[in-house]
Amino acid sequence: MSASNENIKDMIGQQYKDGFVTDVESDSFAAGLNEDVIRALSAIKKEPEFLLEWRLEAYRHWLTMEHPEWAFVEFPKIDFQEISYYSAPKSMADGPQSLDEVDPKLIDTYNKLGIPLEEQMRLAGVAVDAVFDSVSVATTFKEKLYEAGVIFCSFSEAVKEHPELIKQYLGTVVSQYDNFYAALNAAVFSDGSFVYIPKGVRCPMELSTYFRINAANTGQFERTLIVAEEGSHVSYLEGCTAPMRDENQLHAAVVELVILKDAEIKYSTVQNWYPGDENGLGGIYNFVTKRAECRGDNAKVSWTQVETGSAITWKYPSVILRGDHSVGEFYSVALTNNYQQADTGTKMIHLGKNTSSTIISKGISAGHGQNTYRGLVKIGRKAENARNFTQCDSLLMGDQCGAHTFPYIETKQPSATIEHEASTSKISEDQLFYCMQRGISAEDAVSMIVNGFCKEVFKELPMEFAVEAQALLGISLEGSVG
Amino acid sequence: MLKIENLHVRVEGKDILKGINLEINAGEVHAIMGPNGSGKSTLSYILAGREGYEITQGSISFHGKDLLEMSVEERAWAGVFLAFQYPVEVPGVSNIYMLKAALNGIRKHKGEPELDAMDFIASVKSKMKDLDMDEKFLYRAVNEGFSGGEKKRNEILQMSVLEPTLCVLDETDSGLDIDALKIVSDGINRLRDPARAFVLVTHYQRLLDYIKPDFVHVLANGKIVKSGGAELALELEDQGYSWLEDKKAS
Repeated sequence: MSASNENIKDMIGQQYKDGFVTDVESDSFAAGLNEDVIRALSAIKKEPEFLLEWRLEAYRHWLTMEHPEWAFVEFPKIDFQEISYYSAPKSMADGPQSLDEVDPKLIDTYNKLGIPLEEQMRLAGVAVDAVFDSVSVATTFKEKLYEAGVIFCSFSEAVKEHPELIKQYLGTVVSQYDNFYAALNAAVFSDGSFVYIPKGVRCPMELSTYFRINAANTGQFERTLIVAEEGSHVSYLEGCTAPMRDENQLHAAVVELVILKDAEIKYSTVQNWYPGDENGLGGIYNFVTKRAECRGDNAKVSWTQVETGSAITWKYPSVILRGDHSVGEFYSVALTNNYQQADTGTKMIHLGKNTSSTIISKGISAGHGQNTYRGLVKIGRKAENARNFTQCDSLLMGDQCGAHTFPYIETKQPSATIEHEASTSKISEDQLFYCMQRGISAEDAVSMIVNGFCKEVFKELPMEFAVEAQALLGISLEGSVG
Repeated sequence: MLKIENLHVRVEGKDILKGINLEINAGEVHAIMGPNGSGKSTLSYILAGREGYEITQGSISFHGKDLLEMSVEERAWAGVFLAFQYPVEVPGVSNIYMLKAALNGIRKHKGEPELDAMDFIASVKSKMKDLDMDEKFLYRAVNEGFSGGEKKRNEILQMSVLEPTLCVLDETDSGLDIDALKIVSDGINRLRDPARAFVLVTHYQRLLDYIKPDFVHVLANGKIVKSGGAELALELEDQGYSWLEDKKAS
């Protein structure tokens, strides 16, 4: 049905809207990586000695590591000496003390992206940390959060203001030796967000970090660390965009979540890095390590991700279920169009008794896109009565794309219950014809069908993000019926 | 309202309709009957604008416009509704969402404002009551896991919400038990209106016990071989289709 395929192409092939470049002067390191670069980076950030040592250990280990080749993605070998490991707008050099001192061009950039930073203009009540290339430019609502005891600031600031917390938790979920890109990140990470929710506190607002890559030939290596103390609760969102450039750019982030007894973290991502053009030129390599550890009993973590951008997405937000009765959830929508590739999924490591995990993965492939779900469910010897439910659904549009599923299951505990369901479907001519016969335009019909396919994931997103996610898939949700 | 002239249709190189002529006026109910493979369903799909059919000759005008030039959605906006023989499942999309999207699509095209959400729900619920449908169907995914009878009732619900002027019902009676047939027929009869026409495509006469047609046409081998009043359906019930097919052959 050629006409419908055209409609589908139009719908997903919409122009990348956030591809503009902000014209600011930047201080950037020359390309290249060695111990001096790491020392210089650490010096700019006035880091304590322990952190520099930690970075150097990571770097020395990284030098001994081989680039991993197991993922179902293809890209030319990356020359790590051709990347600049630090870039910051010049105006940030003196460290503006308040929003009034931040370069208006930077504030304007976030306005264009729909992320106004002026606090008085914000109605949604979402606190934002805005990361531009290698540095955080602003964090909103800091004072209000501080009253509740919540720490929400850039990683660099946390290193200065709360070194004891950083020392206590940094690298305890994803060590500086964990994997190739995690080790690289540990050596050269420049900024990111830090969140600390004290015992018994329910964070009074949604926290969000907005990542923007602007400078060319720069890698973005940020690190996020969230600690939820006993009985606390936080919902955290992250968004990502980048300009359109013909060269590929590397984004290698690490996210560590620590969840103590009875605490809960809900972590949502809408990833819309520049995906490259319709011929596969340019785009971000999004190689990220995200892991959460439920350290106490009844701890709960929920990863929700909507991945529509990046030339290559390669990540597995995972959960270590150490505490008894702890709960891990992973909800994912990954869309690949044109020549985009995604190899994503999760790892649920059950160690405690009565732990449970849920995995819902929705892959949408269009154009020449390749979409892979890769997941590991591992039940340890002591994880009595552990339960997992996995559902992987793939939706194909056209006949040039691919969907692949690699579920791995390892169990050492006979009382475990593991369920796995998988399906692959196409948007059928019958469905389109049926919707259009009812007066729904072809474009809206495709949106509605794709939206329906992703529904189980979208309902996990906070309202504002659900709307953005649906818009990203070209979906206009009229009213809130249904 | 609808005028079909000398319509010839080919599917995958095979001639299915070979010169159909049919005129339908507002307020009329026409039954199209015929044996399997006679081209009945093809005719309904042609009216709705489904792809995959080659129109080699003839024309169809609807309210004075060239129907064949219109896209599927344009026909729906203009008032053509097809109740499907096999209603399609749309996973994850709730019935109420699709109904609202469809109605607003049509209203938008007419330049009317979107309906108020509360008024809309109230009106849909009262229509469901008439069709003996539980309100929970509003929040279930479109046709997913519905029984055959529930699917057919859902088609009639959509029809009553969208208020089309030309209702084409393709084998709506198939797969219905006698109680469901009665509920669906009552639903259709309630929609009869001087401004609205119906085309009932059916293999069996039993639907016509409940919905009395003004005209009955027998389709065989791609042609209308006989037209008459409601009494023709009873004749067919007695004698089957073969005498007409034979007649055509001679």
